[in-house]
Amino acid sequence: MITRRRLLIGGTTAAGALVVGYGFWSRDRLSRINSIAAKPNERFVSDWIKIADDDTIILVIPHCDMGTGIFTALSQMAAEELDADWRKIRAETAPADPLFANAALVEGYLLDQSHVTRDSMPIFLEGAAANASGRIARFMNVQTTGGSSAVNTTGVYGMRVAAAAARAMLIEAAAARIGAPVTAFHTEMSRVIHTPSGLSFSFGALAAAAGRYTPSSHPKLKSKGEYKLVGKAIPRLDIPDKVNGTARYGIDIQLPGMQYGAISISPTFGGKLVSLDEGPIARDPRVKKVVKLEDAIVVVADRFWRARKALDLLKPVFDPGENAHVSSLTLRDDQQAALKTGLIERDLTVGAGADALRSATVIERVYHVPYLAHAAMEPVNATALYTKEGKLEVWAGTQDGLGSRAYCAKIAGIHLQDVVFHLLPSGGSFGRRLPDLWNFLSYAVKTAIAVPGVPIKLVFTREQDMQHDFYRPSVTSRFRASLAHDGTPAVWVNDYTTIDGSNTEARILYDVPNQAYNTVKVASPVPIGPWRSVESSWHGYFVESFIDELAQLAHRDPVDYRRALLKGKPRHLATLELAADKAGWGMPLPPRWGRGIAMVECFGTIAAHVAEVEVTDDGTIRVHRVTSAADCGTAVNPDGFRAQIEGGIVFGLSAALYGEITIAHGAVAQQNFPDYPVVRLADCPAIDVHIHESDALLGGAGEPGTPPIAPALTNAIFAASGVRIRELPVSDGSGVIVRRIDAGEFKTTSALHTAIDTP
Amino acid sequence: MQIRILVNDEAHELDIEPEVPLLWILRDELNLTGTKYGCGVSACGACTVHVAGKPTRSCTLPVAAAANKQITTIEGIGAGALTAVQEAWIEHQVPQCGYCQSGMIMAVSALLASNSTPSDEELSAAITNICRCGTYPRIRAAVRALAAGRGGSGR
Repeated sequence: MITRRRLLIGGTTAAGALVVGYGFWSRDRLSRINSIAAKPNERFVSDWIKIADDDTIILVIPHCDMGTGIFTALSQMAAEELDADWRKIRAETAPADPLFANAALVEGYLLDQSHVTRDSMPIFLEGAAANASGRIARFMNVQTTGGSSAVNTTGVYGMRVAAAAARAMLIEAAAARIGAPVTAFHTEMSRVIHTPSGLSFSFGALAAAAGRYTPSSHPKLKSKGEYKLVGKAIPRLDIPDKVNGTARYGIDIQLPGMQYGAISISPTFGGKLVSLDEGPIARDPRVKKVVKLEDAIVVVADRFWRARKALDLLKPVFDPGENAHVSSLTLRDDQQAALKTGLIERDLTVGAGADALRSATVIERVYHVPYLAHAAMEPVNATALYTKEGKLEVWAGTQDGLGSRAYCAKIAGIHLQDVVFHLLPSGGSFGRRLPDLWNFLSYAVKTAIAVPGVPIKLVFTREQDMQHDFYRPSVTSRFRASLAHDGTPAVWVNDYTTIDGSNTEARILYDVPNQAYNTVKVASPVPIGPWRSVESSWHGYFVESFIDELAQLAHRDPVDYRRALLKGKPRHLATLELAADKAGWGMPLPPRWGRGIAMVECFGTIAAHVAEVEVTDDGTIRVHRVTSAADCGTAVNPDGFRAQIEGGIVFGLSAALYGEITIAHGAVAQQNFPDYPVVRLADCPAIDVHIHESDALLGGAGEPGTPPIAPALTNAIFAASGVRIRELPVSDGSGVIVRRIDAGEFKTTSALHTAIDTP
Repeated sequence: MQIRILVNDEAHELDIEPEVPLLWILRDELNLTGTKYGCGVSACGACTVHVAGKPTRSCTLPVAAAANKQITTIEGIGAGALTAVQEAWIEHQVPQCGYCQSGMIMAVSALLASNSTPSDEELSAAITNICRCGTYPRIRAAVRALAAGRGGSGR
């Protein structure tokens, strides 16, 4: 979930590296991938593409299924280049093996390296820097799913190329069979057809022979005008198993002789286990073992329920360590203070930067967002078996199968080849199962090592999942601006808190001649991690709130104001206007209703949302409708793309309305959905997503829907009530329905309109 | 304690603590893993099954309270075929990660059995299950289609 733009490889350019891993293709490779991942009636033709005797084409996807529909979209891209019969397409998860490491993902990053340094490269790409031009991924544990990158990277640079290469090999096999030139053949519906005679061969009949040719690294690819499957709203391959209960997630694994683990981790970040009295459960014959780890205990029993019940009887004593005093209120105060007096580090200056501020008329605003949990529906879990011979087998849903295998090997202190990792679908993830966030794997492996020879399924309760997450960070951001005579911003200065450096996503789309971005580091012991849309989840809210405030101060309509700042950006302008148009921007609304707009670009996709909100007399907020326009270049599966934008909106709306993780005495205060409320059907608005097609490079789908919803919501609340919300969530933290807007804050709609409309 | 439960028309005799929540009986004793654990406190609905025809959150229901009652899970709801609700879920491409959808489908099926044409308000009041992927708009569309008699071609 790192923006592609941030990545870069040691300053060297890797153009020409679009080789999709075929640099190390060999006969030996084919036999090895067949031995690892092909059943007797199946054979690989090129990377990721297997063909069975009955003509079934199986796409072996080097990603996890966490619900975003990428298995279908990637299969569409492959089937397109193959000219495959879609009814015979299946998709399966690639083995967590270096042979299936995702060269394409790496090279996709390599190709897009505008302003990045070696230091800002994520851990999962370390090593790529040393060898930017070819045989990279095989030596790296890369099967990551994140950064909204599967389709626009694996799909564009990998799956599509591998499929086109496979098609060429199938044609070569047919040509050899009848002694005709390859130019005399075409492909259609999973058949290679000799055009002059009409003689045809099924893909299945050619697969074995085709596999003996070498895949081209530069096969002929279709142009957009030739697409038959890409761009179609094809039903998702995974959905039938998800409506009848047969889909198996990590938590559903059942193994012979399996035991269950229930865990209690030190509630305080960084706390350590001091002592444990096992007396209360000493006589329980169902408890196999109590595993004491450095900062946790795990009760292993023959059933999860019994493990959990036994755990509840124990009172482990943890030393809270040095974080016992930490609270989110003091952290917020620290952030505010740091912005006033801390060490400001310059990130970027455009034009004269802050020097252009005219002190008499500086507009200053400060915004704040809290920590957030991921709270995916499937609590984190992993099942591990450590054999008496010192080998490890692990089953779990994560966002990187091969990386997980390497991580488990490291935790166990054994070699990669002594670890088997089974990557299973995840019941949601949103960043929670990315590399570096694998505490559940670590505890499961350590537990398995403590009870060798027995497979143990370790399941976090919802409470443990919520209290031992890696949270979306809390951030405070301060803006200062001066307006030009026409009301547009002449100077834009943004100082924000950070833990790990500057954020490129703070930079604005808008045409402002003088800009400055500065950061101030504020340390915190709270573990943080990528959360759906990462930096854009906070900067999107900050930037789109402040620009809306400037529009208001300039007495300008929020859409017109943004439009004036998007000269030379036709995609952005068109997306903004499509959202406004479809939302009926400017059409009358009932009293105390308002519309708010916000637009954010991230992961290569532009999304603009218009929220339509009612603020009732008692301050209750109802979000009636969200109208969205989004441009990801080409939507490979338009319905799937819309579903991701819808989901991104609901996810962001939960956070904006209710989401807040607070820290008290160094521990997370929230435990479960009753005190970490999320949107349900009753408070979910109607959502309409409109796709703006463009010629841009493919953008992501999973994340870009999230950032604009919070500012669209708060801008709409302002339009409805005159109350500007500069701190999320909108609710008051009681976990009830909504923030009660103080009656004193409430301006009548008509007074507000007067204020806005009168220049 | 000996407890007899009837799940998807099949009787099971269990020697089990009476307070074990039905959810864990289904998942860990009967290997019916389509019913999911989400919160353990009846807050999210991922564990929804039918007990005597009523939508029930199985994560807090002691198995003893379900003894001898007809229990239906996602595995048994269609008796081998897809129900109209399941077909509508495919038609409207509802699931994303799918983890909550067993519970959603069970809750919606029970609602439609008692009220075949729910209004949006009735739907929102009855279906309080959580979906983190945000499939609510499609759930609403699927239920509207079912209420209008064009949900799917199943029974």
